[in-house]
Amino acid sequence: MRVLAAMSGGVDSAVAAARAVDAGHDVTGVHLALSKNPQSFRSGARGCCSREDAHDARRAADRLGIPFYVWDLSDRFAADVVDDFVAEYAAGRTPNPCLRCNEKIKFAAVLERGLALGFDAVCTGHYARLQRADDGTVELHRAVDAAKDQSYVLGVLTAHQVAHSWFPLGTSTKTEVRAEAAARGLSVAAKPDSHDICFIPDGDTAGFLDARLGTRPGAVVDADGTRLGEHDGTHHFTVGQRRGLRLGVPAADGKPRFVLDVTPVDGTVTVGPREALAVSHLAGLRPTWTGIVPEGPWRGLVQVRAHGEPVPATVELRDGEQGSTLLVDTDEPLVGVAPGQAVVAYAGTRVVGSATISSTRSPVGAR
Amino acid sequence: MAGPRAPPGSARRRPLSGSASGQTEGVRSDPDRSPADRSYLDHAATTPMRAEAVAAVTAELTRTGNPSSAHGSGRAARRVVEDARELIAARLGADPAEVVLTGGGTEADNLAVKGAYWARRDADRRDVLVSAVEHHAVGDAALWLAQTQGAQVTLLPVDAAGRLDLDAYAAALGPRSAVVSVMWANNEVGTVQPVRAVAEAGRAAGAVVHSDAVQAVGHVPVDFAASGLDLLSLTAHKLGGPVGVGALLARRSTALAAVQHGGGQERDVRSGTLDVVGVAGFAAAVDVAVRTLQEEAAREVALREELFARVRAAVPDASRHGASPDDPAAGLPGVLSVQIPGAPGDAVVMLLDAAGVDASTGSACSAGVTAPSHVLTALGVSEAEARSVVRFSLGHTTTAADLDRVSAVLPDVVARARAAAAYV
Repeated sequence: MRVLAAMSGGVDSAVAAARAVDAGHDVTGVHLALSKNPQSFRSGARGCCSREDAHDARRAADRLGIPFYVWDLSDRFAADVVDDFVAEYAAGRTPNPCLRCNEKIKFAAVLERGLALGFDAVCTGHYARLQRADDGTVELHRAVDAAKDQSYVLGVLTAHQVAHSWFPLGTSTKTEVRAEAAARGLSVAAKPDSHDICFIPDGDTAGFLDARLGTRPGAVVDADGTRLGEHDGTHHFTVGQRRGLRLGVPAADGKPRFVLDVTPVDGTVTVGPREALAVSHLAGLRPTWTGIVPEGPWRGLVQVRAHGEPVPATVELRDGEQGSTLLVDTDEPLVGVAPGQAVVAYAGTRVVGSATISSTRSPVGAR
Repeated sequence: MAGPRAPPGSARRRPLSGSASGQTEGVRSDPDRSPADRSYLDHAATTPMRAEAVAAVTAELTRTGNPSSAHGSGRAARRVVEDARELIAARLGADPAEVVLTGGGTEADNLAVKGAYWARRDADRRDVLVSAVEHHAVGDAALWLAQTQGAQVTLLPVDAAGRLDLDAYAAALGPRSAVVSVMWANNEVGTVQPVRAVAEAGRAAGAVVHSDAVQAVGHVPVDFAASGLDLLSLTAHKLGGPVGVGALLARRSTALAAVQHGGGQERDVRSGTLDVVGVAGFAAAVDVAVRTLQEEAAREVALREELFARVRAAVPDASRHGASPDDPAAGLPGVLSVQIPGAPGDAVVMLLDAAGVDASTGSACSAGVTAPSHVLTALGVSEAEARSVVRFSLGHTTTAADLDRVSAVLPDVVARARAAAAYV
């Protein structure tokens, strides 16, 4: 088949493309230019959008003997990922831009464009597995390497997208992939992993948001509404955060305080003890499904961050006035769940679907 | 230096790209490296070396001797350079002393624009006038002068065909005009500029007048003396010579400041050891390109018009940018800029590539992120339309078989590209 290999310039996507070539497919490499003003060089271990990364991807394609192109998706990335990221923080939520990029760019714009151009599948270096079920449908599963598993950020894929995707690294460990890259003579074999948010190469998310949202002073209060301090903007805070609260007065019990809630409308950041962070009821909007939509309540596992622990839960899809809502009741409480994060539901190792968390409740009552 | 020198054009020459690196094990053979079954229609980016240039380069590759050395080996090398200089000058209506050898067209453009501006050092003459369709080698050099050297840059407008608006140009000229730069022919749409009129008006206003003739030399008649220009840039690889060598033709009376200092070669304005091999290939290519220009231009014009007819047969709503084909002197013989409504240019180029046709969306761009062509937008083409333009450029190796291949693949290519347009 004709395979479009998304090549970031990193070791994973290079080895994924190499395996696609080895499997005998007609492979074309594509590097996505996502930044409006690409930097010349990679800085630190972050990012994937410098010209150096494009160069690394091109050299890997050369080594594999496959055609290579750079696709400019910077306009779409700016609108669908960066602007959305800023807007979500401004609304007091905590977005996951990698998930958003997969949903809107890599497996939407790129995949659909590739299919229209005559490709059969998009291949990436994500650590996840695809399995063909008995009924012929393709299922998305966790990777073998639990430490590298990226099925969470692929939870937003639709059945159509899953059917046209290929993740050749899902059965390998990162160590194996690096060794294979070295054995293949790929220059990116020892390149550091990318971390954090690619469009904030210096890692200063607060500064990035300040530059776009400005200073919006407000109050830090406790659960009773008692004013404890001031802050420069609710976008500096996320539920579960402990650092940077700048509260002069310690709590009465001497224990550390955490952000419990962020309310941009009145600029309030509510803080309290760690116990108050526990939630066991989640509601999620905009549900997506990697396959058949389950009916009625079902037992599964849910995960609320990329490398978080999956916890057993009862999951149910309920139709409402504002569209479908995913309701999740976890057996054990989760700590530090912020609206805007994605909840991904699993059946065993299989990714069933995802939703964007809109509200949470603690085990003892509404908050 | 063992062994006799291979005779020019020796059939026993081996390809330079060997597999002696020892790193090719397990790597699939690269389809990009077997061009035999491809149609190369990107001659404006670079054109294949002519046999005469290959022979000249091959003959000089094993020579030892720095042309600036006083000994016998140096003198012999110097003689090759000076023979080449005289040949280039003779073919282009220039005096040998007017030929400043450079490392290519971009360097020649930078030396012209910056060198002429700096050499004047005239507080009362700070205006730099460049057309809106210049190559970045001129346009960005001028903008840099504005950003850092106190220059005032005026972008001169062009009409819908890409031809300079001479009235706007006359209005922009004045006692503050320092440097004028208007290209001889455009790389994206092929339009030829009224260079003689530009030179006449510019010099009358006291400006130094330059033209980037990188796309023109060897393709349309270029006579430096008759042009009235002070400065003219050219490069070898656009006319069948090697990459990495070019020249700035500069009148004896035109003052230039060096942009590259060193040993004082080339009138003290372009230091650096002279490239004997490259210059020899450069001169051989200029010689054959200029001598065969009339018949080759007529051949390419016929092929170009046939190509456009075939594009229209496959894509009835396709149109073209640039000068009218009714005036043969108004455009480059080999350049065809085609608007394919609804089909993203980069998708068309990618699909043509997969089908064995090398074409371009415009000028070759090293950066990953593509901006809509400033040339097309200067012609009044909208940014959206500019993204649906493909440039075919024909050259001395183009044959009717190349057109046949385009005809065969274009309907499917355009259909797929249009289907992909929704996902840009």
